[in-house]
Amino acid sequence: MPFIPHTDSDIREMLAAIGAGDIEDLFDEIPKSLRYGELSGVPTGMTEQEISRLMMERAETDGRPLCFMGAGAYDHHIPAAVWQITTRGEFYSAYTPYQAEASQGTLQLIYEFQTMMAGLTGMDVSNASLYDGASALAEAVLMAVRGNRKSRSRRVLVPTTVHPHYRRTTRTIVDNQGIELVEVPYCSDGGNTVPDSLRHFEGEDITAVVIQHPNFFGILEEVDALTDWAHSQGALVIAIANPTSLALLKPPGAWGENGADIACGEGQPLGVPLAAGGPYFGYMCSKQALVRQMPGRIVGRTVDRDGRHGYTLTLQAREQHIRRSKATSNICTNQGLLVTAATIYMALLGAEGLARVAHACHANTRALVEKLTENEYVEPLFNRPCFHETALRFSLPLADVMRPLYAHNLLPGYDLAQDYPELGNALLVCATETRTAADIDLYADHLNRVISAQTVAGCPVKPKMA
Amino acid sequence: MLIFEQSRQGRRAQAQAPALADESADIPDNLLRTEPPKMPEVSEMQAVRHYTRLSQKNFSIDTQFYPLGSCTMKYNPRACNSLAMLPGFLARHPYAPEAMGQGFLACMYELQEMLKEVTGMPAVSLTPAAGAQGEFTGVAMIRAYHDARGDTGRSEILVPDAAHGTNPATATMCGYKVREIPTDRQGDVDLAALREVVGSGTAGIMLTNPSTLGVFERRIEEIAAVIHEAGGLLYYDGANLNAILGKVRPGDMGFDVIHMNLHKTFSTPHGGGGPGAGPVGVSERLEPFLPLPIVGYDGDEYYWITEEVRPQSIGRLSAFMGNAGVLMRAYIYARMLGHEGMHRVANFATLNANYLMARLAQAGFDLAFPERRATHEFIVTLKRQQKELGITAMDFAKRLLDYNMHAPTTYFPLLVPECLLIEPTETESKEDLDAFVDAMVQIQKEAETSPELLKEAPHTQPVRRLDEVRAAKQLDLVWSGTVA
Repeated sequence: MPFIPHTDSDIREMLAAIGAGDIEDLFDEIPKSLRYGELSGVPTGMTEQEISRLMMERAETDGRPLCFMGAGAYDHHIPAAVWQITTRGEFYSAYTPYQAEASQGTLQLIYEFQTMMAGLTGMDVSNASLYDGASALAEAVLMAVRGNRKSRSRRVLVPTTVHPHYRRTTRTIVDNQGIELVEVPYCSDGGNTVPDSLRHFEGEDITAVVIQHPNFFGILEEVDALTDWAHSQGALVIAIANPTSLALLKPPGAWGENGADIACGEGQPLGVPLAAGGPYFGYMCSKQALVRQMPGRIVGRTVDRDGRHGYTLTLQAREQHIRRSKATSNICTNQGLLVTAATIYMALLGAEGLARVAHACHANTRALVEKLTENEYVEPLFNRPCFHETALRFSLPLADVMRPLYAHNLLPGYDLAQDYPELGNALLVCATETRTAADIDLYADHLNRVISAQTVAGCPVKPKMA
Repeated sequence: MLIFEQSRQGRRAQAQAPALADESADIPDNLLRTEPPKMPEVSEMQAVRHYTRLSQKNFSIDTQFYPLGSCTMKYNPRACNSLAMLPGFLARHPYAPEAMGQGFLACMYELQEMLKEVTGMPAVSLTPAAGAQGEFTGVAMIRAYHDARGDTGRSEILVPDAAHGTNPATATMCGYKVREIPTDRQGDVDLAALREVVGSGTAGIMLTNPSTLGVFERRIEEIAAVIHEAGGLLYYDGANLNAILGKVRPGDMGFDVIHMNLHKTFSTPHGGGGPGAGPVGVSERLEPFLPLPIVGYDGDEYYWITEEVRPQSIGRLSAFMGNAGVLMRAYIYARMLGHEGMHRVANFATLNANYLMARLAQAGFDLAFPERRATHEFIVTLKRQQKELGITAMDFAKRLLDYNMHAPTTYFPLLVPECLLIEPTETESKEDLDAFVDAMVQIQKEAETSPELLKEAPHTQPVRRLDEVRAAKQLDLVWSGTVA
């Protein structure tokens, strides 16, 4: 019996101690009419060897494409030590650290994580993580609505340069609480949110303004002007930032005169593999004044009876297991194991290492853009500075270009038409530090060949050749 | 010592940083960082040693008996981890086309199918990232269902007073008012009280069955009838699914929507507080509202079901598909168990709980519901010890740590005074259960003869009892020192 240690004599002795004839008797409080004996839709069990074979075959089928896709999840190098330590049983198979004395390892690690994240974002405090970047934005919006006591409108400005799936997720989560998410259009030349475009809301009651920087297109926003405008209107500022970028870019806590009020985002770039989209983790940091509005677990340092430093979950009066229907959020489990990985990752890289990763990503993306735009059918889509990721415009149908590239086991980027049809044939590309010059050349060579097969003398071929 | 305190300027894990690239001259100066973030500078070995040592300060399933009620701390098979972390799966970008992920999508599709079978629900979405997000999803779908019918007068969600705190918190997040339903003396929902409050304002009820009191809700069919007659829907909190796997299905009990905690029933790791996975299953009438993405299969290829074909979906819950790696671990576990193994989960989880309950009762401990069967867990109340000896559930819990056993859940559910909610799970052997009884008996003796041993406990952990009040009053959430 897989994972069940009982011998026949164990079972007999245990039933005797209970005073039951057989195990079935133990279910006698379940109404007979409800009992269900079959599980015919579940196949017969497999040994470890059998399931290993199956999974290896399936993993093999999926290949390991050369990745130039970002769009919120990035292919970074992860030091071997990160997951070897993270999957130690003591981290891997522990529960939420409710028994603080027996969970000092996880608790101290989270305290170190909070310190690193607060430093990276330039904010005062951090929580112990949320599910992912998108749901972190939803929680940040709810937190801003609770925290901005001067505003009554529950209106939040969300530029369309914010990741489209973050916007959709936020809508799902806050929709039932009477919160209005107002979309702000972007400049089609720069790919940014123009501070002047907010004038239109001047004098209105705005609860918060969301700023993603670098934005979904990889374009740098005018964060100082946007932040100051929001504050001048009595709105809180919610920053979304890729943590890798923060090793180089001015952190949200230093935006404008007073800094953003809440910073959140996707923690995946910090040592978490792409892994089909999860588990990742959302991070959330804020100014001290908002700490009691924060959702999720928070670890604090305190002392024990002997005056020694120790760590414990704190501010639990915000949480669902104490406040029930009045809690700041229903969140319970967060993404502890991913926080473990991220903390070890940051400790191994340090500020200098992380800055080098950020530099390398940016340099590689620039090199990629330079190479790809040598082709006359490809040009940069926006004219403003970007970081680490950017959009390209193709003057021929993108789908026809991408399909043959897939066949070369290459992920050319993210097709923006899914979410921004007005941009036409637009591709979001990124080359992290893991892409080499040879990788970039390979992409360019394949692309040039694919394009030349579909064009003659500067015109797309009609009808298309096979 | 904190990692920051081990830092020395200029020391680094050299192997981990790429060569210095060209300066980022194209980034405007006013957008650049002026000071480096506060991070340690340590060698690779220092980091490895530091975090390995920290791990050793944790209790875990791999190192201790961990009978934490309502959390299902069973063995997390190692194969589930190593196979979910095969390079082909880890390298998959979430937005890579379906054609480049047929192996992964096949696993997800088959997991959906198996979860439908074990819950008796005709449709499943895997996307919720944890139990609480699954709950949110479920209640949001209840709301969407009523709204789609123009039935907008329903403003209340009913929740038994024994419920997990996430239930009322979730109902509030979905814009509902919460009304608590009392529990009767036998641990069942008070049906008369329920009948009194149910009406045209009832959107639904959130129930856990077996309940958090460690007993099976025997009148579930009547409850379902009462709610359905009033036009409300039934939400099943799958926290305790381990107790009934292969025995009885939420769909057959009359539930309309359910979430599962795969990090409990399907043995994915708890990870020191996540990641979890909280898939939802629904009856046919709620299927159009399921969150996306969902994996479809046309007999030839696996593909994502998107908003175009599910316009009534409540939408997305995360940027990508949810906690894919957790779902992979659950899939591998389910395939290793097979249908025959799933039956055994409930059998042996229930056998272990009833055995432990019988032994503790024989040893003189008071049960909260002595006349009831245990499900996969049960409650001991230390009300008598508190009254006679001044010893609390907290004291017992802390002393158990000295016996190298994790404490059961304490002070939950809230309506049983000085309670220990004990869930041994099916993967513990009889010897481990006997050792727990021995420890409890020994601690009871200590309580009578040298109570300070309990009051001062733990004695053997890296720290002694912590000043929680100070932690909340003098907030220290971020290290304020300077990195050397």
